[in-house]
Amino acid sequence: MWYLCVFYHRLLSYRRAEVESLAEMFGVFSSLEWMLPENQHPDSPFHLVNLPSEDIARNIANRSILVKGIYELWGEGSSFEQLEEAIKSYPEDRKLPYLTCETTFKVTVDSFGKAISFQEQNDRIKSLAYIPFKGRVNLKNPDINFWLMETDDYGAPNGLPPVVQKRIFFGRLVGGADRKLLPTYQLKSRRYLGPTAMDAEMAFLMANQALVMPGKLVYDPFVGTGSILVAAAHFGAMTMGADIDIRAVRDGRGPDCNVWSNFKQYGLPLPVALLRADNNLPPWRSGLKEIFDAIICDPPYGVRAGGRKSGGRKLLKGIVGPYTVPDDKRTDHIPSTAPYSLAECVHDLLDLAARMLVMGGRLVYFYPVLSEGDVMETHFPEHPCFKLIASSEQILSSRYSRVLLTMVKTGSYTDKVAEAAKTKHQEFKENYVKWLEHGNLHSSVFGPAHLHLGEETDSKLCKELKPKYRGKYV
Amino acid sequence: MRLFTHNMLSSNIKGVSNGFPLRIEVEQVLEKQVDFNPDFVKNLFPKLEWKALVDGARTLGYAELPEEADSSMLESEEFLRKVHHALLELHLEEGALTCPETGRKFPVTKGIPNMLLHEDEV
Repeated sequence: MWYLCVFYHRLLSYRRAEVESLAEMFGVFSSLEWMLPENQHPDSPFHLVNLPSEDIARNIANRSILVKGIYELWGEGSSFEQLEEAIKSYPEDRKLPYLTCETTFKVTVDSFGKAISFQEQNDRIKSLAYIPFKGRVNLKNPDINFWLMETDDYGAPNGLPPVVQKRIFFGRLVGGADRKLLPTYQLKSRRYLGPTAMDAEMAFLMANQALVMPGKLVYDPFVGTGSILVAAAHFGAMTMGADIDIRAVRDGRGPDCNVWSNFKQYGLPLPVALLRADNNLPPWRSGLKEIFDAIICDPPYGVRAGGRKSGGRKLLKGIVGPYTVPDDKRTDHIPSTAPYSLAECVHDLLDLAARMLVMGGRLVYFYPVLSEGDVMETHFPEHPCFKLIASSEQILSSRYSRVLLTMVKTGSYTDKVAEAAKTKHQEFKENYVKWLEHGNLHSSVFGPAHLHLGEETDSKLCKELKPKYRGKYV
Repeated sequence: MRLFTHNMLSSNIKGVSNGFPLRIEVEQVLEKQVDFNPDFVKNLFPKLEWKALVDGARTLGYAELPEEADSSMLESEEFLRKVHHALLELHLEEGALTCPETGRKFPVTKGIPNMLLHEDEV
């Protein structure tokens, strides 16, 4: 059955991907059918989606972060007359069960792109008198929620997606996101924070992309302050994290301000394991594989935090002789670390995920993308064991974005596959992403403008390519 | 560090061919209760190195696990609870993991194993 799916006007390219992932979580294994209502732009909040049952629709909506509501659409039209006609011709047997005298109901009037005065809202509700409501009104806790929504081109450019023509929708609410989660988990009330702690909304979206459910084992190889695992634990997963920075995982900022305390703060089960390990040389025993259900992470790509790997001074061989730790200093020796380029980091991440994820397990991670000239970089890392199923862009500045990649493990990992992946990665590195080398991305993001945007006309052109309403949170 | 983690880790020093299982040196062990999830234990069981778990549990002072185990024993809740206890409720809070081949110690402090290698071990 087709449902009206109304999104929050946020993180536009994450919205359908989230619903698709949640559909799979709740047992829909074929790909979803989508449509746009008449005269709607793809960036509009109004979408139509075909779902097998109302229960599935409710589960998806209630678990989501970006779905304002999924509605059983009783009618739509370009004018109130058309809407009335549509509602009247909607089958009686679909309507009557929700209009009986035993039920309580509420009608909410909403609009996209304009505020409607209280008086006008009342008038609109009264204009629905042709619907035979028999139940009692209950504004606080109604059994049935009806919504009357409209969107229009209000003339002046208002920074919203273009609307060609007015459209009005009337429907019965099936379910919607519980965004009360977000103030509860917001970073400003989190006790232990680092410079790259993941925003709560984004962390929940990542957990949804990774199909996090109770009893699943989720791993974050760049755990930091644990902000991604907190979201996974909220959805019931067993969590496990590693980081090369021992101060982050072990010490934090004191006994009540560390990764553990971030979980205790919300009454969540503590991570199964936290360890200090290097993603470049992971300490897993040989033979261990297919143990994690999902790997979710925000790899260090050198813009706000740079990656490090073990090896340190040894890598300067030739300039400085290879370093050997004196025997009397071994016990408390603090090894130096070497820079870890994003290219290497992504390769190691894919290799780790290919080996350690169960079949069908998901790898969800952020990948930086520079807006170079007119074309967005659209080549994402590939691996023979994985299929890319979603890529959602979050614009961070006019110069760069980060893209949330969701990959599913579809092939099993063997030494042969690992070798092939290495070759493939080498090609990828040479052909597409020079800036993946250490430091290049940082200078492209923070360097003076003329260095990389070329002539002024170019930069103007590329600014105009992104619609004005697109930004960090939209 | 729980024995669950111990069961996954090995010494990955360059040149070491058999770094598993790491020997456990105990300074302080804690017991913390964790909600019992039978399915989690069942899913994990085939991926465990059973002997390493039994030996590890004994080192931490828990000797209830049988020497041999196979998947038919997963029917028994008593067995599942024992595995659950050994895997998830015993914590090595302070101590070290020792590489069986080289004797290199990986310290465990505040429950966090430090598996980072020195410059000359990479």
